[in-house]
Amino acid sequence: MSLLKPGHRGCAGCGDAFAGKFVLDALGEDVVIVSPTGCLEVFTTPYPESAWGVPWIHSLFENAAAVASGVDAALNALGKKNNTKIVIIGGDGATFDIGLQAISGAFERGHDITYICVDNEAYMNTGIQRSGATPLYASTTTSPHGKVSIGNPLHKKNMPAIIAAHGSPYVATASIGYAPDMIKKVKKAAQVKGPTYVHVHAPCCTGWRFDSSKTIEVGRLAVETAMWPLYEMENGEVTNVRKIKNRKPVEEYLKVQGRFKHLFTMDGKNESIKKVQAIADWNVKHFGLE
Amino acid sequence: MRKNMVVVEGSYAVAHAVKICRPNVISAYPITPQTHIVEDLAQFAADGEINCEYMNVESEFSAISALIGASAAGARTYSSTTSQGLALMHEALFNASGMRLPIVMTVVNRALSAPINIWNDQQDSISQRDTGWIQLYAEDVQESADMTPQIYKLAEDEDVLLPAMSCMDGFILSHVYEPVILLEQSLTDEFLPAYDPEFVLDPKNPMSFGAFADPGTYTEFRYKQEKAMGVALEKIEDIANEFKDIYGRYYGGLIDGYILDDAEIVIMAMGSVIGTVKDTIDELRSEGESIGLLKVRSFRPFPTDAIRKALKNAKVVITLDKNISIGKNEGALCTEVKACLHNTDNRVPVIGFMLGHGGRDIPMHVIKKIINKAKLVEKGIFIESEYADLREDLA
Amino acid sequence: MKLVIKTVTKPGSTRANKTGAWRSFMPVFDHKLCSKCGICGIYCPEGVVNKLENGYFEPDYEYCKGCGICANECPKKAIVMVLEGK
Repeated sequence: MSLLKPGHRGCAGCGDAFAGKFVLDALGEDVVIVSPTGCLEVFTTPYPESAWGVPWIHSLFENAAAVASGVDAALNALGKKNNTKIVIIGGDGATFDIGLQAISGAFERGHDITYICVDNEAYMNTGIQRSGATPLYASTTTSPHGKVSIGNPLHKKNMPAIIAAHGSPYVATASIGYAPDMIKKVKKAAQVKGPTYVHVHAPCCTGWRFDSSKTIEVGRLAVETAMWPLYEMENGEVTNVRKIKNRKPVEEYLKVQGRFKHLFTMDGKNESIKKVQAIADWNVKHFGLE
Repeated sequence: MRKNMVVVEGSYAVAHAVKICRPNVISAYPITPQTHIVEDLAQFAADGEINCEYMNVESEFSAISALIGASAAGARTYSSTTSQGLALMHEALFNASGMRLPIVMTVVNRALSAPINIWNDQQDSISQRDTGWIQLYAEDVQESADMTPQIYKLAEDEDVLLPAMSCMDGFILSHVYEPVILLEQSLTDEFLPAYDPEFVLDPKNPMSFGAFADPGTYTEFRYKQEKAMGVALEKIEDIANEFKDIYGRYYGGLIDGYILDDAEIVIMAMGSVIGTVKDTIDELRSEGESIGLLKVRSFRPFPTDAIRKALKNAKVVITLDKNISIGKNEGALCTEVKACLHNTDNRVPVIGFMLGHGGRDIPMHVIKKIINKAKLVEKGIFIESEYADLREDLA
Repeated sequence: MKLVIKTVTKPGSTRANKTGAWRSFMPVFDHKLCSKCGICGIYCPEGVVNKLENGYFEPDYEYCKGCGICANECPKKAIVMVLEGK
């Protein structure tokens, strides 16, 4: 029985729910979870209910890493730390944008915490607005495609690199489409002493606009097209990658999502899809995915 | 009494008091004029005199956020800040109070930017009066230090469980050197029990902190916070008296009076200006004037009943405010005192003076000028609220 | 209901909320085609596809939201989404 109990208000087919479930599957009961404001926090804890079968705290949107730092300090001061893992599970908005400072401080101080970013590539809980994690050309409500716009004009911020630059001993990317791999990485991140980070791709059927039955399939397509490279970094060096056999062109990934549909009908579609393909090609080269 | 006294900086006396209260987690972000408190605490930690985790955080927002996590995990917590730092914490102050975490913070009162100014006034803490934090204001260094164990005991009371600000005027009290009795460890261990909350983050007994409350339940949470402030009203008096019994020192509970009983003119004030007011009163009393002081020690919870009782015989009330609500042209003490008298039979005129903003010194002659202006009420000249120390050459 | 302070809520209390009422389509599991691989169990976002004693899998229909992921992922096509008539 999962430690993330059913009855929560996540959408049918929710990627965040998968992420929460797999994190608890990986770590078990001896954890303290810290969540910033976001989909996962909201749909799991409508007062007086909670879906969390483990200790859990939500404070504000931008301070999860600072709150977790305080929990770490308190458990140490009280002599109660033992093997308890302190894990932050936060969305991309809270991680890439508003909460970045607190993450930077926490990682610089070197707390023994694990930060799991559940990345659905927009501010989903407030209605699908653009975040620093929104990929190039994705149509969101604050970066919509239109008569003079092709969607989000900005590239996705490279969070794993930023965390690695803080000297984190273990940084990994994962995907809910590859559950055993994700669970293994979360376990490893929690075991490694010091501040560690796992960046989880969590497709959102509501925000990306695809049928709820396709969440896992879309997650896999992201990896198979090299749009979401799976790798591990230890002490700043890439140590392990998941190689791609029979890499698919990015169209396979883009065409199944409503947020990219406009790329197939707008003027200059070949140019834009080429630019997206270039991102995938760069990943292949940079991480040695083939 | 004198042999126990040492001459120390105000910040040191407070830092020492914090040490004696045995906090588990301290978070620190430096900002003038709080810096000496967190520096002294860092030195205590470096010398092994304090058994706690000392966190150097990267902003005041993270300072308070770390304490939210630490308090939820069962730790006794402490931080200190002022001015811009307190303002930066604004969102988290509401959060800490709503989550009923008894975090204690010394606010070393300082003016707010813009313009940027590092000197004392009380705008910073007064601006946070709606956040659900207890606010007590100290008159001098001894009181600032002694307030520390009292405020822990108050905040951590199981029927209160609210975060609390202990306010001391920046530079005037933080950087002054005064003879004080440093807080006694043995007495404090007797006075202040260990923090032992009912609910903590504990894998053996998992609970969820910080759920969202929809329109059906939100109001009752807020009501309960207010009720806890009501409990605090009583406990502040009890705790002050208990402190007196154990330590032999007393500063008033919610309020305190100085030659108040027969005073026709009553000056109301918070914080260090009280010292100057008392000296002025002594001088004017020797000249036959009927003047007294009503010290407001607790601003939140606001001691409505105590103030109404204390002002029963006053002919004129003067309020001194080291803050202003821009757009109301009044300081908060003035507004709240007027409000608390409104629905009573007491129609005593309340004259509001704002002064000392941005660290402007308040010498005795300014207090005397204020008193003379207040006396004009007898001639039918009523001042609603004005600056007592405005520089006409710059205005 | 007495309000507990700190907005502390008890673990797993969302189970009071039966999300099975949400769905339009329900997954029907055909054990004859099932290879007991367990993929449906792993890839249920609600965590309500449970292993039976005989090694086959069944969803808890009280909570199943009818998302269709189990049917989409099953390598043996042993799960079919059926419009639920009520």
